[in-house]
Amino acid sequence: MQAWTLKSFSEQVLRMRLGKPLVFAACLVPLVCYGYWFFTDSLGANPIEAITRRAGDWALRFLLITLVISPLRKLTGWHGLARYRRMLGLFAFFYVCVHLSLYVTLDKFFDLAEIIEDVIDRPFITVGFIAFVLLIPLAATSTNRMVDVLQHRWTQLHRLVYVVAMLAVLHFWWMVKIDTREPAIYAAVLTGLLGFRLTFYLKRKLQETG
Amino acid sequence: MLLKTTRAYDIHESQVTDESLYRARRKFMQGTAALAGASMLPAASLWPGPARAAINFGDIEKSEFSTAEELTSFEDITSYNNFYELGLKKGDPKRNAHRLVTKPWSIQVDGECDKPGDYDLEDFIPTPKLEERIYRLRCVEAWSMVIPWVGVELGPVLKRFEPTSRAKYVQFFTLYDPKNLPGQRRSVLDWPYREGLRMDEAMHPLTILAMGLYGKELPNQNGAPLRLVVPWKYGFKSIKSIVRIHFTESQPATSWNQSAPREYGFYSNVNPAVNHPRWSQKRERRIGEILKRKTLPFNGYAEQVADLYAGMDLKKLF
Repeated sequence: MQAWTLKSFSEQVLRMRLGKPLVFAACLVPLVCYGYWFFTDSLGANPIEAITRRAGDWALRFLLITLVISPLRKLTGWHGLARYRRMLGLFAFFYVCVHLSLYVTLDKFFDLAEIIEDVIDRPFITVGFIAFVLLIPLAATSTNRMVDVLQHRWTQLHRLVYVVAMLAVLHFWWMVKIDTREPAIYAAVLTGLLGFRLTFYLKRKLQETG
Repeated sequence: MLLKTTRAYDIHESQVTDESLYRARRKFMQGTAALAGASMLPAASLWPGPARAAINFGDIEKSEFSTAEELTSFEDITSYNNFYELGLKKGDPKRNAHRLVTKPWSIQVDGECDKPGDYDLEDFIPTPKLEERIYRLRCVEAWSMVIPWVGVELGPVLKRFEPTSRAKYVQFFTLYDPKNLPGQRRSVLDWPYREGLRMDEAMHPLTILAMGLYGKELPNQNGAPLRLVVPWKYGFKSIKSIVRIHFTESQPATSWNQSAPREYGFYSNVNPAVNHPRWSQKRERRIGEILKRKTLPFNGYAEQVADLYAGMDLKKLF
């Protein structure tokens, strides 16, 4: 019988059959909360702006959570975490879609001319829109079948998420009027996550050549 | 088509004319007036006679300049504020409102005028008689409200300080009190907040100094005890909690213009034809409504104010 260790315990938890449904439900919590607050009029004087921004916040948070998985796995050895990465990435895409739909419907009321003007003329919307477009192929290739079909190119393709995350932070940064504290926090977290990968990559290169 | 949500607070409007409230307020104000008259002498007085009656919220005149549009609720007007001295988020000013100390309050008047000095608030206001002005307020962030301000026209107030012929502009300053005002401990703007108007804009009958809203004294988060309201300009021109008025010959510095000249001009008239570099100004969300409505030139006050800008290229002088 295997000796009890924190690692084996975590692995067992992470590999529980209930794990995925639980994480799935947890990912829906922001949607349910903000939906409830919206319809009970508890989001202040400008509820539409509030839900649009909060959807954007959660899209960005899920992007970063997705990017936490690999470093966390390497640091802790909890390989069971990998099961959740695609689901978390898809939730990032889901909240991006909510964010974008709220903008298209309640902010612009399907005024295509104005939306195009926004995308072209306003840099923060330009980068936000590019981030959305780049996420589409990632979401579309998130099935097991596509992983098999694309093989090593799947991994290459999904590195696009680094670009998407950078654009998303930039989108937030350029949007705020003057107070950059919040986007600065996201930028710091992202820098840490990408920095970890870079260090890891360089170390491996050095070992290979050395 | 515009969809209008009916909200629980819509009934709050009835509070405007609540008589018992008015009476209680009047009684209170009379009491404080007697106290003030007995115990304090203003630093400088424009008034030859004995102590004046206090500002009177019990008897507010209606105005022909008021719009008949549906009022934004008291709750929304007082909980969704841009007042960076009290915090950067919309809900912060209400939460931190108690940090703004409004009593006693005096206003320093200086620059190109014959009657400079420090004036107590009650001495500064030429008449105890207040007017209600229901104005649209259009924020540069593309949202708007309809607010029943209570105050006096700015023009007659300024005239009493006898601005000289060199007074072409008037500049306003907000209280600088970083010990109490949390926002001023961070350098998001170059404190104190300052704003300015051309003299003819300041003298325009639509321009008011507000001391109240919804028939009551201004809540601190809305710029108590005294703020400017210029309804045809973006909201940030309507400077809050004024402590200094400075007459000047040259165009004065204004805070948002200093902070981002490409985004915020000195004039900042509401203009759907000139977009903010980061968002469109064609439409606005009236607080309480779902879909955006069209933004009107000069916030719908073009008929009264457009001629102030005759011959000016408002795309350049935005």
